[in-house]
Amino acid sequence: MSNMVSALNGASAKGFVEVRDMGLQGMITLRGDLNAAKLKKAARAVGGADMPEQGHISLGDTGGAAWMSPDELLVLVPYTEVDARLSEIAKAMGDDHHLAVNVSDARCMFGVSGDDALVREALAKLMPVDLSARAFQPGQFRRSRMAQVPAALWMQAEGEARIVCFRSVAQYVFDLLKGATSPGSEVRYLAR
Amino acid sequence: MSTRLANGGRLLDKGRKLDFTFNGTRLRGYEGDTLASALLANDQMLMGRSFKYHRPRGVVASGAEEPNALVGLGEGAAFEPNQRVTTTELFDGLTCTSQNHWPSLNFDIGAINTKLSRFLPAGFYYKMFIHPRPFWKHVYEPIIRKSAGLGRAPDQRDTDTYEHFYAFCDVLVIGGGIAGLQAARAAGAAGAKVLLIEQTAHWGGRAPVDGGTVDGQPVDKFVDELVSELQGMDNVTLRNRTMGAGVYDHGYALGYERVTDHQPKAKGPRHRLWRIRAAQIVTATGAIERPLSFAGNDIPGVMLASAVRDYVVDYGVSIGDRTVVVTNNDDAYRTAIILKKNGLDVPVILDARVPTQDSALMAEAKSLGIRVLMGHAISSVQGGKRVTGVEICSQAGEGAVLEEIACDVVAMSGGWSPVVHLWSHCGGKLIWDEATAAFRPDVDKAPTGATGAPFVTPAGAANGDFLLGDVLRDGNSAGKAAAKAAGHSGAVPAAPSAEEIAEAPMAPVWMMPQGAGIKKRQKAWLDYQNDVKVSDIQLAAQEGFESVEHAKRYTTLGMATDQGKLSNINGLAILSDALGQPIPQTGTTTFRPPYTPISFASITGEARDARFMPVRQTPMYQWHVENGAFFEPVGQWRRPYTYQKPGESVEDAVAREVKATRSSLGMLDASTLGKLLVKGPDAGKFLDMLYTNMMSTLKPGRCRYGLMCSENGFLIDDGVVARVGEDAFLCHTTTGGAESIHGHMEEWLQTEWWDWDVYVANLTEQYAQIAVVGPRARETLEKLTGDDISAEALPFMAWADITLAGLQARVYRISFSGELSYEIAVKASEGRALWDALLAAGASANITVYGTEALHIMRAEKGFIMIGDETDGTVIPQDLGLNWAISKKKEDYLGKRAQERSHMSDPARWKLVGLETVDGGVLPDGAYATAEGENANGQRETQGRVTSTYHSPTLERGIAMGLVLNGPDRMGEVLEFPRLDGTIMRAKIVDPVFFDKDGEKQNV
Repeated sequence: MSNMVSALNGASAKGFVEVRDMGLQGMITLRGDLNAAKLKKAARAVGGADMPEQGHISLGDTGGAAWMSPDELLVLVPYTEVDARLSEIAKAMGDDHHLAVNVSDARCMFGVSGDDALVREALAKLMPVDLSARAFQPGQFRRSRMAQVPAALWMQAEGEARIVCFRSVAQYVFDLLKGATSPGSEVRYLAR
Repeated sequence: MSTRLANGGRLLDKGRKLDFTFNGTRLRGYEGDTLASALLANDQMLMGRSFKYHRPRGVVASGAEEPNALVGLGEGAAFEPNQRVTTTELFDGLTCTSQNHWPSLNFDIGAINTKLSRFLPAGFYYKMFIHPRPFWKHVYEPIIRKSAGLGRAPDQRDTDTYEHFYAFCDVLVIGGGIAGLQAARAAGAAGAKVLLIEQTAHWGGRAPVDGGTVDGQPVDKFVDELVSELQGMDNVTLRNRTMGAGVYDHGYALGYERVTDHQPKAKGPRHRLWRIRAAQIVTATGAIERPLSFAGNDIPGVMLASAVRDYVVDYGVSIGDRTVVVTNNDDAYRTAIILKKNGLDVPVILDARVPTQDSALMAEAKSLGIRVLMGHAISSVQGGKRVTGVEICSQAGEGAVLEEIACDVVAMSGGWSPVVHLWSHCGGKLIWDEATAAFRPDVDKAPTGATGAPFVTPAGAANGDFLLGDVLRDGNSAGKAAAKAAGHSGAVPAAPSAEEIAEAPMAPVWMMPQGAGIKKRQKAWLDYQNDVKVSDIQLAAQEGFESVEHAKRYTTLGMATDQGKLSNINGLAILSDALGQPIPQTGTTTFRPPYTPISFASITGEARDARFMPVRQTPMYQWHVENGAFFEPVGQWRRPYTYQKPGESVEDAVAREVKATRSSLGMLDASTLGKLLVKGPDAGKFLDMLYTNMMSTLKPGRCRYGLMCSENGFLIDDGVVARVGEDAFLCHTTTGGAESIHGHMEEWLQTEWWDWDVYVANLTEQYAQIAVVGPRARETLEKLTGDDISAEALPFMAWADITLAGLQARVYRISFSGELSYEIAVKASEGRALWDALLAAGASANITVYGTEALHIMRAEKGFIMIGDETDGTVIPQDLGLNWAISKKKEDYLGKRAQERSHMSDPARWKLVGLETVDGGVLPDGAYATAEGENANGQRETQGRVTSTYHSPTLERGIAMGLVLNGPDRMGEVLEFPRLDGTIMRAKIVDPVFFDKDGEKQNV
């Protein structure tokens, strides 16, 4: 285990809200017919959460599933259990056409936490998304961009955002978030 | 002289004195001053020089429309040229310098141009500098560049920070005057989420200066109450110091917030660019007063009437002791009345109109004892760097002087033009309003959104409503309408009522006096910054520049940093008159964003330094940095070109890496190679269509090199495909091709072969991939694994899953160097661990990490092509002698039909060969082989070109590949390649495989 390191090895920065590399997170790309009963059942069993609606993420105790596209889910599982869960999917899906693959190491996950409105404001400096509490609620899942790179976003809880980006740009995204949360740069549009 | 009055200055906090310097002189102002008011309070009327004639220039306005008073602000890293003093808030320690003069502001040699102005009319440059041709580049341009220009460019890096912010709202109100405030209140009451932005630091716009009564109380008190009411509304956000810079399609707007310009030591970004999506936009952007065109109207001390009273009321600054007011409307009377009430002298009001009876404001002025001359005008202004007096004439005549009046200020008003810029940015049309002699929004032709419904509503003075009550009513209904259009129809209270003061109609006056002769017209300025005069526009019309856009460019009217805010309407009125056509027929020039200049840094936002652009890093990136890597960009990746040891040149380092790899053991970070998983029952069929060769017949456990072409037959990518399962393939792409080939696959699957059962996933970043290369590769790997990787168990072009250094690894036995070579993929999170283990295991074999240049040299020594070198978008595989990788059996593949077209199968297409220099030197990259004769353009005929060229450390000579006419049939022939220095290099056509032709080294 000591050989495995996430892209930034747990780096963190404290501005008006806190940014941190969340470490290794198990992630499985599951492509297939999202309406098929077999796939739904497999996703539920592996992610430990209900099938998400379009544009949503459903979270369970140890994982979850996020809607990526009409034929793709991102299934969240503990990092060390990815291989076991992939076998479960293969077994459950049998000969039905699908693709399930480990993408945990291709990604980096960040947490941005603090005052809910300030967390949203920091992200709204970088993402062209309406991040007001009214428009973007826990349970919603957004694939968008953060400055110049792709990023996916959800609110894990109030004041607790999660961002997934590609591993190779982890340092860039960390630098972006660090800049966007620098003290004194609060916008006070979403936060009063 | 201009000075601070004992009383007044509603925006000042006189308890807080601020020190600042202008051209090195220490001056003092108050909290609340603009730089303009603080300079004027210190009698600094002369603030700069004009662009062309270097005429002395003083402030003419009090807001964003100011054309003259631009300074260089700050020092060192904080220096910024062309800053408008009227919109710069004073802060303690501010330093500024005037611009465009030499040697000093007071004595400027360039001012000689004004004496030469007879010889520098509109279009002078175009006429004068066209002959003789070469003079432009070598004589004229350098001289003009020296004498023209405003501020100088900063010479240090900007140390401030900047950012963007994405904001969303139902109704965006641009402008915080009473129309905007009332619109925000109405939209807020209706239930809309409202964002109100105002460019200045204050609310209420002109209303508190111009006065009036709303609901029985003074208008400034009404504004205060309205602002606090709005601040209390949860669904309304007020943002001052934020200018509406532009309105774009689909309710997109830019707001330019100057966050810390007024307090540079405060934390936070200097500017913030608001990128706003609004369902509806209300433009409550007010109006701008127009100058009058009379001789000498550019002499410092001639100002807009509204600005003169702004300085008195807002900043307690008197521009001078004696102010002559000249006007064609009632509004300027307010200036005379305010001056008089503040104890200043107004010797005369010159009103170009001849009214039949006095309006309320005329009567009030007269009752204060001010002399009012109707039907009168200014014949010319006296003075040089400062107004000393005016000569009075009759407006109807040609300027015969009736009287001279001494004064030090001229307050002029030619009427008011609605600020229609933001309305117009996205296509809002204008109509000519005869009553106010101004263009105002044609509300029936508004900018429209995606549904075809209007998304911009003008309000208040920006909509052509100038009276207090009208402005409030218009603001209220605009806010209500915008909220409704955005889906919010809550109850909106009626607009408050204002006490109306009836005004006499204005009379359009475009030239003063009406019959001014050429001498006067040559001194009547339209565009102060660019020195465009009435006579210039008339000349342009006379010379056939009849379109307003042509006249603008010929004369540079409105092309200065103020973009013609004061000069536009006056200029096109003069043009219309010269063309004998009504003003609406002439029309306006195009209004383009931004409304006033915004900083480039705000547009850049966070994208600078480390965040300028993403640099993609492999899991071993840190090791590369720590070990002397000399990086090169490959797409967004930064890959080591070579690793320099202390004292080693780049060339030496590359040679060392090649030799060590060929003789013993090398290692490469190959993680950036694209890795696309293609899976499904139809995966083989799909890959047979994508690649030129057959992939479906590949056995699990085996690898095959393949070529990918575009529909037009051109080679776009290559790489090794491994069959990783019965229905799964892993396709390696070039580093630069990973994303585009992924997109290419998805496009064909989604649009053409949507019914094929295939899914693709991009696994490029899931794996760290390390190439272990050289004669001692196998023995080194064997130290780290118990699995069988012998030549029999893992032959060339096979792959196997093994445990290596305790990690799950997939080993591909493939070679891009001609050596015994393995590419090993492990999870990215374990990449660095494997890298370190391999370094340790290979130490005894002198393991040498190599970069991309050594990689390129070794592939070239073997005659392997490189996408981007041997291909450039016009090359097909057949050109490269890759026919062996093109299936003849397949019915179809992407590019097949294109490759059968006559031009593609033309035997005269240049083909790949090796090139061996006669003298052993290195051919220049991209050099052409010449042929006899010249083409139709008189250029030397060519018969080939170099595509890759290197010094081979292995062969100790230059090697190259190139495309040559009939090349493969001309082995041994010598071609000539001219170099840039005029000498010629000779090279022999040879087989492109320079090293180990039989492949003995990789087959061990």
